[in-house]
Amino acid sequence: MAPVSSRDVSDFLRHYLTVGIFLGVAVLLVSALLGVSSLLRPSKPTPQKHIVYESGVNPVGTGWSQSQIRYYIFALLFVMFDVEAVFIFPWATRLEAYGLFGLIEMFIFIFVLFLGLVYAWRKGVLRWV
Amino acid sequence: MSLIAQASQVVTTTATPKVDWWGVLPLLLLSAPAMVLLHVSSLLPRVFKGFYTLATVVIAAVAGAFAIGLWGRVTDLERGPFTTLGGVFGVDGFSVFVTVLLCVSVILVALLADDYLRREGLEGAELYVLLLLSAAGGVIMASANELIVMFLGLEILSLAAYILATAHVRRSASQEAGMKYFVLGAFSSAFFLYGIALIYGATGTTNLVGIRVFLAETTLFDNGLLLAGMALLLVGFGFKVAAVPFHTWTPDVYQGSPTPVVAYMASGVKAAGFAGLLRVFSVALITERSSWQPIVYVLAVATLLGGAVLAVVQTDVKRMMAYSSISHAGFILLGVQAASGRGTAAALFYLAAYLFMVVGSFGVITVVSRQGDNCTALADYQGLASSQPLLAAAFTVLLLAQTGVPLTAGFFAKFEVIAAAVDARSYWLGLVAMLAAVIGAFVYLRIIVAMYMTDALPSPTSGGEAVGATSPGEVLAGGGVRPLHVPVGVWLAVGLSVAVTLLVGFWPGLVASLTEDAVPALLGATPL
Repeated sequence: MAPVSSRDVSDFLRHYLTVGIFLGVAVLLVSALLGVSSLLRPSKPTPQKHIVYESGVNPVGTGWSQSQIRYYIFALLFVMFDVEAVFIFPWATRLEAYGLFGLIEMFIFIFVLFLGLVYAWRKGVLRWV
Repeated sequence: MSLIAQASQVVTTTATPKVDWWGVLPLLLLSAPAMVLLHVSSLLPRVFKGFYTLATVVIAAVAGAFAIGLWGRVTDLERGPFTTLGGVFGVDGFSVFVTVLLCVSVILVALLADDYLRREGLEGAELYVLLLLSAAGGVIMASANELIVMFLGLEILSLAAYILATAHVRRSASQEAGMKYFVLGAFSSAFFLYGIALIYGATGTTNLVGIRVFLAETTLFDNGLLLAGMALLLVGFGFKVAAVPFHTWTPDVYQGSPTPVVAYMASGVKAAGFAGLLRVFSVALITERSSWQPIVYVLAVATLLGGAVLAVVQTDVKRMMAYSSISHAGFILLGVQAASGRGTAAALFYLAAYLFMVVGSFGVITVVSRQGDNCTALADYQGLASSQPLLAAAFTVLLLAQTGVPLTAGFFAKFEVIAAAVDARSYWLGLVAMLAAVIGAFVYLRIIVAMYMTDALPSPTSGGEAVGATSPGEVLAGGGVRPLHVPVGVWLAVGLSVAVTLLVGFWPGLVASLTEDAVPALLGATPL
């Protein structure tokens, strides 16, 4: 593999240079305008100026709250077996083509999913609490 | 009835691909015993202390040993690399090397996790099982000869890693870290999948060999699809390896996740991410290197400088290490940018050296964090040299190695990637890398100064988000602080890391000769 220079840049990227220059000009322009205005304007902060503007609402409480986990776990188990069905239906229509290999393969697939069910059962997920 | 009769007449049996079981054995040996372990834990309630750690170490060691067994076959000139499972799973020096790295990472992290889980009251097999399954995903990623299979590996790797981040169920910071990691990671996976779709649209195949052959033979009239696909793939990989500007999740996730898990994220997940990146870009898309090399160049500069500069202003050691791991990713990107055999070998050398340095470092951090995993502020390291001289010395060696001090593995790792960049005539990139190494040195020296040159605080402070949550039981009634307890597993992991770091530092040829053979091969599909 011959070493490639970093100057070996494709045309596509070279055209992108325009975007880079545009970006630089935009950043410069905005920072210049904001900088000039911050130098010129008077600064008199009051507490009123820091409250939420117009239609905003002051935050209440913390971001951490507990929610009922029960339905979530059932939904998760449902998805597990739903996905199983998604794989089994197309497989069933072509079972003859897959032959013995396909049969064994699907049993392995179902066995792995079954292991998940055993784990869920042992952890008490299937009990309605 | 006639419909069924018709249908049964047109049936032609689908040929099943021949499977070379030796090639996929390391993968099966990681994933199948992991599932057995999960069910042992749920069906047998009582096992002896440390059973899961022992089982994990044995499983990973056996898988690694079988991978090493493949090494002789794939580096043999006559037999060479091969594909299996219908040409989607490639076994070459590269995939074997990364597989062994992942196994070593799992072994070391399991040793760290052993006492951590007991200390935090989280005993169970789940963390170990997820660790093994995540490593199996990494193995798939490193061996994938097909973009869809690579996506499969990426998802197995990531989904397990998201759950690992939340492994500390009683710590809200850990839950938050997992949530952040999951939301951002799922987003980046979508980018990756879009990239695959666009590349398929441009080349008509998702097979890496097919892509390369197509691009070598065809001049695309309009390569917009291909370029967009490459950019999206780069975003997906950039997220996994934490390259600036896709790094923003890293400090938060590293700080909140359980410390042994962070050791795995920084070593295993990073190695798998770079393995995928190298295989897709330096092998399949090598003909398009004038399009992606400049982008990786810019990413490398941003990652090197961004990681190094942001690490300087941190006061939390876990956040420092997070930013330093970003900076290290920048160094590895140097090897990727070179797009040469030497660059790939250098990147692999760096990954191998960094694995030991970072797992050892997080081993020390695991111990110093104390119960609750909260004491990670720089102030908590003050006076460590007088209370735990051996631990402080080990940490010093590992930090100096991360700095890149000669006679450690870190020096040769940095030397190799910069040499590869210079070989590719990216002189400025090499200079930026050296500058980043100098800035990074400040961070590591700051920790060393805290350990050796300042006295211990009267009580451990708490770092991070849980302000004022000094864990009960650590401060004794008399006002003194309970001395740090360093468990055997941590001694083993940290000791091994220090030993390898120094050994490779004195004798870099040991690993360098292996990485030269571990360059990914282009694996043509074998007939079914």
